[in-house]
Amino acid sequence: MSFPWAQQYKPTTEFGQWMDEKLPIGRLIYNSVGAGYPTPRNLNYMWNFGSLAGFFLVVQIVTGIILAMHYAANAAIAFDSVEHIMRDVNSGWMIRYAHANGASFFFIAIYLHIGRGLYYGSYKAPREMIWLLGVVIYLLAMATAFMGYVLPWGQMSFWGAKVITGLFEAIPLVGKPIQELLLGGFAPDNAALNRFFSLHYLLPFVMAGVIILHIWSLHIPGSNNPTGVNVKGPQDTVPFHPFYTAKDGWFLGLALIFFTGMMFFMPNALGHADNYIPANPLSTPAHIVPEWYFWPWYAILRAFTFDFLFVPAKLLGVLAMFSAILVWFFLPWLDKSPVRSGDYRPRFKKFFWFGLIPCIVILGICGGAPAEEPYVMLSQLASAYYFAHFLIILPLLSRIEKPEPLPNSITEAVTGKPLEQAS
Amino acid sequence: MASVDTAVEPSDSAVSEPEIGGVRRRDFINIAAVSFGGVGVVATVFPLVNQMNPSADVLALSSIEVDISAIEEGQAIKTSWRKQPIFIRNLTASEIEAANDVDLSGLRDPESLADRTQPGKENWLITLGVCTHLGCVPLGAAQGEVKGEYDGYFCPCHGSHYDTAGRTRKGPAPTNLEVPEYSFLSDTVVKIG
Repeated sequence: MSFPWAQQYKPTTEFGQWMDEKLPIGRLIYNSVGAGYPTPRNLNYMWNFGSLAGFFLVVQIVTGIILAMHYAANAAIAFDSVEHIMRDVNSGWMIRYAHANGASFFFIAIYLHIGRGLYYGSYKAPREMIWLLGVVIYLLAMATAFMGYVLPWGQMSFWGAKVITGLFEAIPLVGKPIQELLLGGFAPDNAALNRFFSLHYLLPFVMAGVIILHIWSLHIPGSNNPTGVNVKGPQDTVPFHPFYTAKDGWFLGLALIFFTGMMFFMPNALGHADNYIPANPLSTPAHIVPEWYFWPWYAILRAFTFDFLFVPAKLLGVLAMFSAILVWFFLPWLDKSPVRSGDYRPRFKKFFWFGLIPCIVILGICGGAPAEEPYVMLSQLASAYYFAHFLIILPLLSRIEKPEPLPNSITEAVTGKPLEQAS
Repeated sequence: MASVDTAVEPSDSAVSEPEIGGVRRRDFINIAAVSFGGVGVVATVFPLVNQMNPSADVLALSSIEVDISAIEEGQAIKTSWRKQPIFIRNLTASEIEAANDVDLSGLRDPESLADRTQPGKENWLITLGVCTHLGCVPLGAAQGEVKGEYDGYFCPCHGSHYDTAGRTRKGPAPTNLEVPEYSFLSDTVVKIG
């Protein structure tokens, strides 16, 4: 493991020893999320969202496998089969609402997890690979969520599928053939529904695989922490188990109160009423928006209402939307400041809290609003700021900013005493 | 530099905490929390398993009404109940006699014809068309089908022979053809299930 003082796995039973020689899965768990993983002692609650996102992925997989037992991926009966789940299947309504709201909670967790990484510089060396894999997981999650939303085959499902595959049509020359290839037709129909179902079932397992890589690469340098200062010795860490298993467990309980509250008392609050109308290829709903977790990107897509040079607005919007996430792949090299934690970067902190975060919130609001003024102009301003933040502000800041003095160690930051007295 | 031992927080020294009423505080919290969590897990798992039971639309199809006025003596029909075949047979007098002549003590599953029909309606033999061996549909209900050595039903899968009362007589079938719950709504309409 990462630190030489990590506790060693010692099987206590004879069976444990036998297993440890043949298939050391107990050792793997011990070293990954057990007492064998030394973790910074000062992690705050923002470090709870990784395990929470993992939990909600499991919720999605379990409820999803169950829903697939009752759902029929056929354009003629898909909508009815969802109503069958809601009305006839024992507890089907609960399982479907858990799945629908579980997606939202997964994204809540993953956004706070990403935000934690952005603020505390978790993407910086030596943790670049963890960040890059995280972006891949996020992209997979977006694809999975989009295709899942198509499956009920309601109005929002159908038009969501049409609009999102329409993005590919913007690609010059090959756009149209690509769209037809993706849909297996000229508009969403049975072929598209079937392949979306197949992929919606597959991708979460791909995600699980990338998550294993994500955690693997995390365990090489070990977790970042709110000070961003490297772990210097055993006094800076506590074993993951029982300290963070207990903290994650308690936090999971808290999150489940909100989750079950949503699920049982306002299960459709985050959905769209239009999706309870069966898909109608001849009539588009008046106000078509994606699920809330896509709103910021949707706003960037719609912000481009003008052609620029020889590039049509449609293509610009699509390029901008994809770039808004792809820029994250370059983040570890755009932000060159050697100081990780935003706590010790006075200017970065201001740009983060008063620039990036409000900008994404505004994009989110605009993405959920109708495509009219003032939302279009606001989206344009916010999109401009968004890209400026990553491409101009962060590289510049890392040159001109004077960071505040860092604590000598995590322990010193926690206890307020120099290291010698801390122990 | 601090020693390895300080990696563990002082709060973990609860092992030396004083006992209250013979129970250590941390043990109590631990057992209470795990038990409460266990109850929650069971409550969560139950609906996740129960969803596999027959759904409301399947249960809604669990009884049918059949018009038997057109079935003449010596004829049988096949109908479907809960997605399983049902045989409704109008026995002839000689078939009834043959069924009543059998010594019950010699049967694998001793039941008289009267046990398997309703009083005053002994000619109506209503059974599941599902062989009690491994679930194939026996022959003998439709005209021209092989009726087996006992002139009732014959299952071609593994060679089970049923007599005119639908009782197992030869072959691997362990019990008689199952008689479902049914009632006569009138002389010509029977409700099954």
